[in-house]
Amino acid sequence: MPEIPLLDLLPSGLQTLTLILLKIIAIVTPLLLCVAYLTYAERRVIGFMQVRMGPNRVGPIGLLQPIADAVKLAFKELIIPAGANRFLFILAPIISLSAALSAWAVVPFGPDRVLADINAGLLYILAMTSMGIYGVIIAGWASNSKYALLGAMRSAAQMVSYEIAMGFALVGVLMAAGSLNLGEIVNAQAGGFGHWFVWPLLPLFVVYFISGVAETNRAPFDVSEGESEIVAGFHVEYSGMSFSVFFMAEYANMILISVLSSVMFLGGWLSPFEGVVSAETLASPLGSLLDSGFHWFVFKVALFLFLYLWFRATFPRYRYDQIMRLGWKVFIPVTLVWILVIGVAIAAGIGPWFD
Amino acid sequence: MNSAQRLIKTFLLWELWKGLFLTGRYLFAKKVTVRYPEEKAPQSPRFRGLHALRRYENGEERCIACKLCEAVCPALAITIDVEPRDDGSRRTTRYDIDLSKCIFCGFCEEACPVDSIVETRIFEYHGEKRSDLLMNKVKLLAVGADEEGRIAEDRAVDAKYR
Repeated sequence: MPEIPLLDLLPSGLQTLTLILLKIIAIVTPLLLCVAYLTYAERRVIGFMQVRMGPNRVGPIGLLQPIADAVKLAFKELIIPAGANRFLFILAPIISLSAALSAWAVVPFGPDRVLADINAGLLYILAMTSMGIYGVIIAGWASNSKYALLGAMRSAAQMVSYEIAMGFALVGVLMAAGSLNLGEIVNAQAGGFGHWFVWPLLPLFVVYFISGVAETNRAPFDVSEGESEIVAGFHVEYSGMSFSVFFMAEYANMILISVLSSVMFLGGWLSPFEGVVSAETLASPLGSLLDSGFHWFVFKVALFLFLYLWFRATFPRYRYDQIMRLGWKVFIPVTLVWILVIGVAIAAGIGPWFD
Repeated sequence: MNSAQRLIKTFLLWELWKGLFLTGRYLFAKKVTVRYPEEKAPQSPRFRGLHALRRYENGEERCIACKLCEAVCPALAITIDVEPRDDGSRRTTRYDIDLSKCIFCGFCEEACPVDSIVETRIFEYHGEKRSDLLMNKVKLLAVGADEEGRIAEDRAVDAKYR
């Protein structure tokens, strides 16, 4: 436990509370910074893929653009439509963001570096990400607007459908790791590149990540926003800070899905060179980069986030019935079949994953 | 393509990889954006920017107040008043262009029999109040005096096509 000055002066109950609050701040502050810079990265990457520059005016190569955007949004007027339900209208973005942030409590950033090391971590994450749907539905209903309601209904149906495929993909991970605790899931993948769960669970991995894209309502599954069809979907009526809270929730969810994909399938903070590099190399300053650590975690998450942006720059939006077909008729059968295969593999003890 | 092949391709996400590969290549392609204040797009000698009134080399103003430009102007942006000068020549007493009406079609320049009203390459001008965009004879002649070298050069380049 790190030494924090003056902490001993507090009564013991307050000490725990202060420590937890400090940990929350230590997680949420960098997270929100990441959210801000993910918007910048998105605009830059998509811009580059469309053979243009993207934002490059504010600060060196546009690096201060997210700050400028945040200031702009903070100072904008918060308009509540006349026919809206005021209480729910304000509540909806809060639910969205709190659901998106609370899932971070069980994310392991390194060995034992986790806010709440609970045994049912995977279930907790499923529960919290499902809560986000309430934010969307309440926003759509409380806005008292046709477009908002349409967007909310679309995204509710979509998120519920993909939750099932996602849940089945997680069942595969659960079977392979034999634990619901995210830290133990990572530890079960120890032993280098070949021991990661991507290999035995490849179809589940693909299904999980695509469902994750659908869960976060990102392109090509962004029918709930559908700029060209229903303006902005569930958040048409939102402005200023309330809009930016939805925005933050969406990006925090993107990062969360990327984090979960890397934790469950790519071995989280584990290095791909485990067992390959000798102990002497690991001891040298440059060689320590090859050791397991937080930097591998960041690298893997960045990889998935880049995939998100790449998808958005590449694929046209799915039609609504195609989304439903993909979710129900393709992903769920695929995951079911593969869970059966995993069951057989575990019974047969096929290595290096199940021995 | 038989259906088994198609099924395999579907599950390998073949077409999606092709799409991703394409956008991935463009990520590293040379960007076409002109970074405006630092870089500028090339201009043609026929560029149609801010208007100017020209003078002959001896200082005599070219405009003979024929009013062809006023007549041809589709946006009705030009207003001309005429009175004979003391030496009996026909000259304008007022030559106004309302830049807030002008559509920069270049018809005035084409109509002018003496190459008096021209459009220069200046496009980075602005008005801080409305009257800044109402050009009068004095202002137009001043622009012409400033830009004469460039204007004459551009006319010379374009002469064989006119």
